Amino acid sequence: MAKEFWRWKEYNWHDENRDWREGKIVTSGVDVGSVSSQAVIMVDGELYAFSNMRTGSNSPDSAHNAMNWALEDTGMTLDDFNFVVGTGYGRVNVPFADKAITEIACHARGGNYMYGPTVRTILDMGGQDCKAILCDERGKVTNFLMNDKCAAGTGRGMEVFADLLGVSIEDVGDLSFDVEEEPPPVSSTCVVFAKSEAASLLREGWSQSKVLAAYCSAMAHRVFTLLERVGVQKDFAITGGIGKNSGVVKRLEQELGLTALTAKHDTQIAGALGAALFGKALVEKGKGRKK
Amino acid sequence: MAKYKTEPLKCWAKAKELRDKYYQDYATAHERGGIRWTGGAWSFDAIPYGLGDDVYPITGEPYAASIAFNKEFSLKCMEATEAKGWARDLCSYMRNYWGSMYLNKYNFGGPYPKPTFAFQDHICCSHAKWYQVVAEHEDIPYFNIDVSVGPYHLIKDNPQKIKYIVDQMHESIEFLEKVTGREYNDDKLIEAVKTDMRSTSTWAKICELNKNVPAPLEEKSMYSFYVFGTLSKAKKEFADFYDELYDEVKDRVDRGIAAVANERCRLMSDTQPPWGFLKVFRYLEKYGAISVGSLYTFGLVGNWEVKKDGTWGARETYMEKGIEINTRDEALTALADWTLSRPEWQHFYDPGLKTEMMLRIAKEWKLTGVMLHLNRGCEGLSTGIMENRLGLVESGIPVMTFEGNMGDEREFDLGRTMTRIDSFMETLDLEPISAD
Repeated sequence: MAKEFWRWKEYNWHDENRDWREGKIVTSGVDVGSVSSQAVIMVDGELYAFSNMRTGSNSPDSAHNAMNWALEDTGMTLDDFNFVVGTGYGRVNVPFADKAITEIACHARGGNYMYGPTVRTILDMGGQDCKAILCDERGKVTNFLMNDKCAAGTGRGMEVFADLLGVSIEDVGDLSFDVEEEPPPVSSTCVVFAKSEAASLLREGWSQSKVLAAYCSAMAHRVFTLLERVGVQKDFAITGGIGKNSGVVKRLEQELGLTALTAKHDTQIAGALGAALFGKALVEKGKGRKK
Repeated sequence: MAKYKTEPLKCWAKAKELRDKYYQDYATAHERGGIRWTGGAWSFDAIPYGLGDDVYPITGEPYAASIAFNKEFSLKCMEATEAKGWARDLCSYMRNYWGSMYLNKYNFGGPYPKPTFAFQDHICCSHAKWYQVVAEHEDIPYFNIDVSVGPYHLIKDNPQKIKYIVDQMHESIEFLEKVTGREYNDDKLIEAVKTDMRSTSTWAKICELNKNVPAPLEEKSMYSFYVFGTLSKAKKEFADFYDELYDEVKDRVDRGIAAVANERCRLMSDTQPPWGFLKVFRYLEKYGAISVGSLYTFGLVGNWEVKKDGTWGARETYMEKGIEINTRDEALTALADWTLSRPEWQHFYDPGLKTEMMLRIAKEWKLTGVMLHLNRGCEGLSTGIMENRLGLVESGIPVMTFEGNMGDEREFDLGRTMTRIDSFMETLDLEPISAD
């Protein structure tokens, strides 16, 4: 079987030093995205466990799989939650969720948790779209813009490039800096055309690194224009899978003249994390499950 | 329990009947010895009425919008147009219309009814070429009036600019006489110009009633009514209908009848909606949100002016002002002056004028926010939308953008648009009503 260069690390984690039974409020957020799904479990508003995996063809199954993996080895079951919030494009298909909230609101709330209350601009670079989100000190969305229908500038586009060039997705960022000088960005904003443009460049003798640099640069510029439209305010942070790609992040920072805040958690779980936090807030308002 | 009382509009059935009759009258005009002509909703449609009472237009945009609503036929039209070699990013109204012509199928049954002539003005590049292609394909004569004289505030006191258009209108009458072999009747022209003024001023008065809270009309219904002004502004039946509609809507206001029973958030949109997906306007209602109008519904058909108190109201007609129209030249001059002042005409010249208008509507119609359609289907009216957004945001008005196409469903993503609405509502602190 051919190597799947696009395949990023799927994993789960839980805090082994903590006994969730000692907590008062246990909530979960499940983010069923177009490419990846995450389940986050929080105990009294602190991250306790999460999973991060590929979304399957069926949203309810993806939600169940992500949740089961997050619950693994915790001794916790679905019945132990006070509230579950579904988010992401499959948010209405999370069978065990008590409420659905859009990923824009959840990324803002999750970003606020991950990066602290000073964050005002969050760029969520997900599997199929990008969202430039402005928020206040509580993580409440004050304005947002999404990319247009084209998938370029998103995680899926980067996966396509990783496969085309035969470079592991996790190495794309670092490898893109292995160039003597920065090449011009690929011109197209559509991943389909960008891919064919890259194939032409390879035929012309461009190295893998040079092509990756050109694509990362194009992606960075594309989201830069999106951010410009919404109006970047400090502090600035990135969520979503592309937040882990230094090739895009550093080039974007250069264009913005700003350094993105550093995450203390996996940037891919921001949406699910925000959803779990919304769950906690709702429990505190008396809207939790009766036990 | 609902916040406001609501009830169906009594005029609804009549509106449907009138619209159906318009399309059937056009299709069957030749059977009665009448004349069929085609052009745009922006055309000076009062002028051909001087040829007689049996003159029936079909205007391209509303016809194309009705095709867009019929998704299966629309796709066939698009494919037929693309098969002829036309690019996919051209005006989607134009592509729907051309597709119907190329397929020789009328959206309301039977073959595409060939017009006797095409009559249009050069409001945008697409419109000028649109009917040129129709004329060439159908081998019919075509007259186009160039209207590139700038926005109204620069021309209203500049008689030379108006004269430039009026001279062409005079020429167009010679053209009409020549291609139809009919003698032109100036009395009918004068009557048609007055009817145009009456219908477009009355429509503005109807839109003005939506300043009330709760709003008596919501946007989806408004589309079904504004359309008459795009089908033919100078048609007496339509002007009469607007009078009736005004009375009914005024009565709703007087009795506190709402379009949306739980109105608590008032929005507006900008240009053409995605015609195949008008359900987005119904989707708003689950949040108690209502779109009370748009630049398109207010400004393409309605004629407005700034009143003494500084607010926006229906432009007073020449008849209301006691200005007489007695000759062909006076009628054409009045028609040019009247038409070029309509708000949507200004938007082709300067996005700033569009922003100003939206800010005015936001204030006077007491809006909570604005929805902007990044419409890939119309280059003309989409120009400057992001500048409009910036202007609104800088004035503290929440804005949501959504991407789509007024007439090509392949470029509209319903799920994604609903998600954006959900997010927008969340930013406005609105939850679905049922969850409250």
